Amino acid sequence: MHNTTYHKARNAADAASLLSGAEDGTLLAGGQTLIPTMKARLAAPTDLVDVSGASDMRGIIVSGNRVTIGAATTHAEVAGSSEIRAVCPSICDLAANIGDPAVRNRGTIGGSVANNDPAADYPAAMLALGATIQTNTREIAADEFFTGMFDTALDEGEIITGVSFTAPAKGAYAKFPNPASRYAMCGVFVASGDAGTRVAITGAGSDGVFRATDMEAALNSNFSASALDGLSVDAANMLSDIHGDSAYRANLVKVMAKRAVTGAG
Amino acid sequence: MSSEGIGAPVKRKEDKRFTTGKGKYTDDIRMENQAYAAFVRSPHAHAKVKGINTSVAEAMDGVIAVLNGAELTGDGIGNIICGWAISSKDGSPMNMGAWPAMASETVRYTGDAVAVVVAETKAQARAAAEAVDVDYEELPVAANIEAALASNAPQIHENAPGNVIYDWEIGEKDATDAALAGAAHITEMDITNNRLAPNAMEARAAIATFDESDDHYTLYTTSQNPHVARLVLSAFYAVAPENKLRVIAPDVGGGFGSKIYIYPEEIVCLWASMKTKRSIKWTSDRSEAFLTDAHGRDHITKAKMGFDANGKIVGFKVATKANFGAYMSLFSSAVPTYLYATLLSGTYNIPNIYCEVLAVYSNTNPVDAYRGAGRPEASYVVERMIETAAREMGKDPAELRRENFVREFPHQTPVIMNYDSGDFEGNLNQAMTAADWSGFPARKAEAAARGKMRGIGMACYIEACGIAPSAAVGSLGAGVGLWESAEVRVNPVGTIEVLTGSHSHGQGHETTFAQVVAERFGVPLDSINIVHGDTDKVQFGMGTYGSRSGPVGLSAIVKACDKVEVKVRKIAAHLLECNEDELTIGDSQVKVEGTNKALGWHEVGLAAYTAHNLPADMEPGLKEGAFYDPENFTFPMGCFIAEVEVDPDTGVTEIIKFVASDDFGVIINPMIVEGQVHGGIAQGIGQAMFEEVVYDDNGQQLSGSYMDYTMPRADDLPSFVVEHHNTRCTTNPLGIKGCGEAGAIGTPPAIINAITNAIGDNNLSMPATPSKVWALIQSSGAKIAAE
Repeated sequence: MHNTTYHKARNAADAASLLSGAEDGTLLAGGQTLIPTMKARLAAPTDLVDVSGASDMRGIIVSGNRVTIGAATTHAEVAGSSEIRAVCPSICDLAANIGDPAVRNRGTIGGSVANNDPAADYPAAMLALGATIQTNTREIAADEFFTGMFDTALDEGEIITGVSFTAPAKGAYAKFPNPASRYAMCGVFVASGDAGTRVAITGAGSDGVFRATDMEAALNSNFSASALDGLSVDAANMLSDIHGDSAYRANLVKVMAKRAVTGAG
Repeated sequence: MSSEGIGAPVKRKEDKRFTTGKGKYTDDIRMENQAYAAFVRSPHAHAKVKGINTSVAEAMDGVIAVLNGAELTGDGIGNIICGWAISSKDGSPMNMGAWPAMASETVRYTGDAVAVVVAETKAQARAAAEAVDVDYEELPVAANIEAALASNAPQIHENAPGNVIYDWEIGEKDATDAALAGAAHITEMDITNNRLAPNAMEARAAIATFDESDDHYTLYTTSQNPHVARLVLSAFYAVAPENKLRVIAPDVGGGFGSKIYIYPEEIVCLWASMKTKRSIKWTSDRSEAFLTDAHGRDHITKAKMGFDANGKIVGFKVATKANFGAYMSLFSSAVPTYLYATLLSGTYNIPNIYCEVLAVYSNTNPVDAYRGAGRPEASYVVERMIETAAREMGKDPAELRRENFVREFPHQTPVIMNYDSGDFEGNLNQAMTAADWSGFPARKAEAAARGKMRGIGMACYIEACGIAPSAAVGSLGAGVGLWESAEVRVNPVGTIEVLTGSHSHGQGHETTFAQVVAERFGVPLDSINIVHGDTDKVQFGMGTYGSRSGPVGLSAIVKACDKVEVKVRKIAAHLLECNEDELTIGDSQVKVEGTNKALGWHEVGLAAYTAHNLPADMEPGLKEGAFYDPENFTFPMGCFIAEVEVDPDTGVTEIIKFVASDDFGVIINPMIVEGQVHGGIAQGIGQAMFEEVVYDDNGQQLSGSYMDYTMPRADDLPSFVVEHHNTRCTTNPLGIKGCGEAGAIGTPPAIINAITNAIGDNNLSMPATPSKVWALIQSSGAKIAAE
């Protein structure tokens, strides 16, 4: 690892100030992607601004069926939250299956959403839940937030402070892990509520997380796995790598979508 | 059986330090005046080195020296060699290209070292290594066997035309062709054995120290065979004469073959320590391990097996292409020849066998022995062939095996090996019972009702361990003898030190070797220490590989114990005034049978060292050494059965049950043996379902980290059923056959035979990943059938 200067931010405003004062600084949340990248000498920020202890970026608030999760909340905290589980168990289950215990106890929802790894789990949840991404300057709808592989609508220096969403009446996440990394090779989040059904897919698409609008339409008329039988998934838009070609991923999208629908009940 | 002797499941003595974090590995050792090495490695798989500009690096903080290959060669450091000479069919010698420890003219794989930076800290060394500016002229790349053999392939070594190292053969070609021509049924298959990265838990490391005051070098390194390391470093790489070079392999965290070889890094650290007058440490990280450790396997094979109308095998013809990578590693040439083709008779009586092997250079990591080394490749070919033949002929796969088993011993195969012992059908029966083979159809029907494809498959492997009579391997081209040595020292207080040339890096020798000596002399296990891994302590040794520590290393210890016993009897008979043959040794004493006259074991030791009252002409002291040269290989064998379920929607395979019935001969410690079998099966499952080194056409590794190289994990594995049906080995004093590699040898064919049984398609290659299995189900239109 190259030398870097570590700063611990007290809150989001402090983080913004520290970041703007750094030569080539970057935010550090759980560090579960950034630190390995730095250890492999593939990233060399001059400054790390640690937001994991930022007071206004932590915590879980459930008010009725409205859920707000601070950006610095760890996967383990989401997985273990009885308040969230009471209204939206699907996101708790998703969090409980990210990485391993070490990752879950360091990695944060804000870090995962900001990184927008095409194989990360949380982006699918955010998109399917129609979540709002809160930053230190504004609120961004998930539909506008995820703009492509490792790319988001965040401006330079903008900091995610939390996410919020309305718990759906039904929801489930079905994940097919990559055999090596255990990231999602295909993860499908299905959420169904008053506003209809939303289906979001991570791991499989060649441009990152995306919504499967044809599946949503089919499920809006008949919320059952069999409603997806007649649909075909276009392999042309799928990733292809040593773990599976695009045809295999297209198959997984449909199989996992059906399992998610079945899981949502 | 005593509670600590042969056959006792004694807990491992070494685990106290390993489980409490007190193991002492090479990277844990810190020398005074220690500096760090970082290598500058080629990012290209094939390129000319036009120039190396080190001026920026040399000016950086903490940099002590930046050294390159031209300087290394200029100082007379020799090229890395392969120590086993193989000749082609036409009698011509193998075409070994030059392998300098650092390339000065041409780089031949990504990771090939071109320079080394020595600096005060590891971070400084790495930063400076990144600042070394190497001017490369890229050359065309051959990243696999097909590309290397193509008519327009780049020439990787000038003296290996067409990238062929040798074109070797064994067996009778005409007789085999004739037998196949007359066969009632012929099974033909194209079989690939996937390339693996060894992934020992401890990555390689070295610390080299040059002592100017007496021109002496000390090397701590992660070696399975420190004396062999010293031998080649001295005799071939000309680092220093043997008396000026001490090699220590302290605790070593796994090897699986990958730590047999002498790599460029150890040579460069020794040389650089002389150049800089500093102790130099280098520790590989995992990324560097993927790039530089010798890989394993990587064969492409065409095989033909012929049967008569009664199902008897009449002939077996095999043509294999073996990928050697960019350079010939230390034992590379022996792996696809004498460690592979000699096992193609399997557990079967096959009258005619012919095998030809084409050894091929490519722009990839060097390939050498990896857990099993040639025998897994042979077992995979034989056991997939006979299984597929049974399916094609509509025969029960177990019955076809029974009909062809070798049943009389000794059995001479047509491919050198002479099997001494075994009861192949006994292991088959034991495994089938444990697997509830006859209940499989009902389980398959039940799985089909759940939408799952269930399959069962077996493999009856045999392998060759304890490599082997020195004269025999010498006649086959080996550059070394393959005996082992031991010294047994009884101290004046009766405690015992056993110095062995075997090296323990996970095998548990400190326990099992002590068990043999404890039983032999009837003394407590705790009074015995096993000393290994240091060329200044141990007389000599050929090290640990090929499951040779039990059959060969322990046999040397037994021989030394024999000599100690002779002297103990003489001393005791003299002091107790009796005949030597009246004495019994046990319970920590030497006793005159049928009397109450006895000497404590420690009293014999004391008498030997005080030398106040010894028999006339006897030398004082009580220590004896022995060298043991085996009279044959040993032949562990067994039957493995896997039962799997495939999810047709995703291609995911779940292993429901895995049964192993092994014949290891006499077992010293059944708990340690079971652990060896568990590890071997896990590695075999890794090869069968998960692991593969993948290069793109430019020779870049696409699987160079655990993000993409799939290691088997605990939740991928079932609880193994491990049983034994042992027959005594007839060719060594303890009757041991060896157990270290069996799991990795028998498992891949058992797993693939089970998956192909489940999906009803034999055309499956390893690793059987979900995507591959799913695609095969799609293409063959396989249906879930209850049968």
